[in-house]
Amino acid sequence: MSALMSGARMLVECLVREGVDCMFGYPGGVTLPFYDVLYDRQIRHILVRHEENAVFAAEGYARATGKVGVCCATSGPGATNLTTGLVDALMDSIPIVAITGQVSTMLIGSDAFQEADTFGITRSATKHNYLVKNLEDLPRIVHEAFYVASTGRPGPVLVDIAKDVFQGQGHYQPVSSIHLPGYKVFTEGHAGQVKRAVQLLRESSRPLVYAGGGILAAGAAGEFREFVELTDAPVVQTLMGLSALPSEHPNFISMPGMHGSYAANMALTETDLLIALGVRFDDRVTGRLAGFAPHAKVIHVDIDPAEIGKNRAPEVPIVGDLKRVLPKLNKLLSEAPSAGERISEERRAWRRRIRQWKDEHPFSAETSDSEIKPQSLMREIDRLSGGQAIVTTDVGQHQMWAAQLIRFNEPRLWITSGGLGSMGFGVPSAIGAQFARPDKLVFAIVGDGGFQMSIPELSTIAANGLPIKIVVMNNGYLGMVRQWQTLFFNNRLCGVQLDCFPDAEKLAAAYGFQGAVVEKPSELAAALERAVRHPGPYLLNVKVSPMECVYPMVPAGGAISEMVLGPPQAEAAAAI
Amino acid sequence: MRQVISLLLENKPGSLMRVTGVLSQRGYNIESLTVGRTLDPEVSRMTIVVDVDSALCQQVIKQINKPVNVLQATDLTDAPKVVRELALVRVRTAQGSRGALLKEAEIFGGRVVDSSTEGFAIEVTGAPEKLNEFIDVMGTYGEIDVTRSGAVAIALEARKLRLQPPVERQLSAVSVQLSANPSEAEGVGG
Repeated sequence: MSALMSGARMLVECLVREGVDCMFGYPGGVTLPFYDVLYDRQIRHILVRHEENAVFAAEGYARATGKVGVCCATSGPGATNLTTGLVDALMDSIPIVAITGQVSTMLIGSDAFQEADTFGITRSATKHNYLVKNLEDLPRIVHEAFYVASTGRPGPVLVDIAKDVFQGQGHYQPVSSIHLPGYKVFTEGHAGQVKRAVQLLRESSRPLVYAGGGILAAGAAGEFREFVELTDAPVVQTLMGLSALPSEHPNFISMPGMHGSYAANMALTETDLLIALGVRFDDRVTGRLAGFAPHAKVIHVDIDPAEIGKNRAPEVPIVGDLKRVLPKLNKLLSEAPSAGERISEERRAWRRRIRQWKDEHPFSAETSDSEIKPQSLMREIDRLSGGQAIVTTDVGQHQMWAAQLIRFNEPRLWITSGGLGSMGFGVPSAIGAQFARPDKLVFAIVGDGGFQMSIPELSTIAANGLPIKIVVMNNGYLGMVRQWQTLFFNNRLCGVQLDCFPDAEKLAAAYGFQGAVVEKPSELAAALERAVRHPGPYLLNVKVSPMECVYPMVPAGGAISEMVLGPPQAEAAAAI
Repeated sequence: MRQVISLLLENKPGSLMRVTGVLSQRGYNIESLTVGRTLDPEVSRMTIVVDVDSALCQQVIKQINKPVNVLQATDLTDAPKVVRELALVRVRTAQGSRGALLKEAEIFGGRVVDSSTEGFAIEVTGAPEKLNEFIDVMGTYGEIDVTRSGAVAIALEARKLRLQPPVERQLSAVSVQLSANPSEAEGVGG
């Protein structure tokens, strides 16, 4: 039996045994006993400047590594500030363990100072949550939390710990056996369905792989690449799936959906067999469901049975872990006789068709001598990254242009708030990613709106000397909302103008690091190069053309084949 | 359509909230919901009746199976089953109709649980549709007040409960260095 120790120390003991090397947090009254143990530095604690950013940073860490990200907040406002980040992680299936302090058990329910019903509030914001009122439950619950967060479909798990549990004294017994009789994790995939999938694959003339974040969550990028090469099927990757297959892979078309490429959306519209891997047929991908892949049979592989048939009923449902299912598919595919001459010819024609769509309608390559086009900003960042840098973003126009135009040649280089679409995600997630991957160049590409939600974290970046390159794509507007007002509300711009953006050079200097403003297209490349070459943090405010819209665009409620490829004539004329 | 779900869940704090939370979050209308303990005091049985589009039935079962504390959710809608509900009905009635009322209540198997000069309190059990009729009939005798228990159901075929076995995990062997820390020993801290 171990020595007598406090609950707070027991918690640290659990975290260390779970392999936690760093966590992001913000202390407060009830977590003081925990911080008193952290004083001994077994775990690196990074002090963020707002609890929401503690989750975002933990997400950045988790998304960059595949490991569980850990964050911590105090009771009451500390815990309620976590909720946006928790939902963000839930929507994107990111493994997070959040520790919160709670008032003492004897005070729970009395509206005590900084009391909030964290357990109730976070029920729908987490995959699972706990309230710990007895010290003897603490080790089991913490280890269960890590197990639940990281297995099956990953997600955030919150552990709310009463202050007297931190302060109680007990003996720690490592809990290596997890018993959750109702927690079902489906891994293997049905052998009969796997065979049927291979049969459909052999018969298909126009197969298309629709790949999502599930591949990255499963750590199955290698198995996925093998699958793509065995089938030689073209691939679209969702916003969450980007980087699963290298952007430069010959089979990769691009991202599909509302701002997907013409080729990706047309391929989805004309395919006869959709191989959906780790995706959830999200509305931003499918557009009007009836118009989505209308000629296709669907093979859907996902670890969450509730995703199968939720939005589209598949012909072949496979509930399983892609890490286990893909090798089974690959084995059968490599044993199967090669496709007949007719099918092979049809597939060659299919690939030619897609190549033609790509050539006819590439993503916009807008350039200008007088103003920096946001697209050329992304292309410059792409040039400097060479498919090797980590890129984080917020949500909106900059996110879509970055997704369209920046290459990712390794898994987990692309870190973005997909499902929830949280502004203010880019900068704190870059902090987590940079701690996870100190060897990597990290760009936080953010809009001028989201950046101003993250300004407090400049202090965290400066304090830790993180060499993050923050690139603000500054168009003076909440760009995506402005785009919708322009296109669908008669250009009646309301509540979208962001006046009085701070002087980036002075702002960075106020935190003790370097910043610059760039306005001229001719100066963009050099300014970005200076930022990348600079050894420390860097804030680059790039003023881009204010009225640019992201295209292609599928209007809300439209089928994805009904894309608007460029600005309407009137707007084009007004812009001149 | 009315979907009847029988659900076993761990009797832990918050379990009920998780189930009702999933139902409301996904927009499924709860018609009735009952909870009670089973032979195993650590497991509760719920019977849930939801009003959903028939295309959504499978999705409801899948979503409701997701919470960690839910052991098994079973769709009994089309399965051999017995569904019963209890209603307590208080009827105010005039002296002259008391005899007729009692006769009518008897047809439904109703049992008088209280009698006063004002009227009766009657207990009745049956299929939920039968109770609707009973309540309609009682309403013709005078002012009524009704409390219904919600439906409870039992499947007439044994179903195997599939529980997950314990899982062994590898934990890092590294242990925290204990340091002599005066404040911790005294339990001081905020």
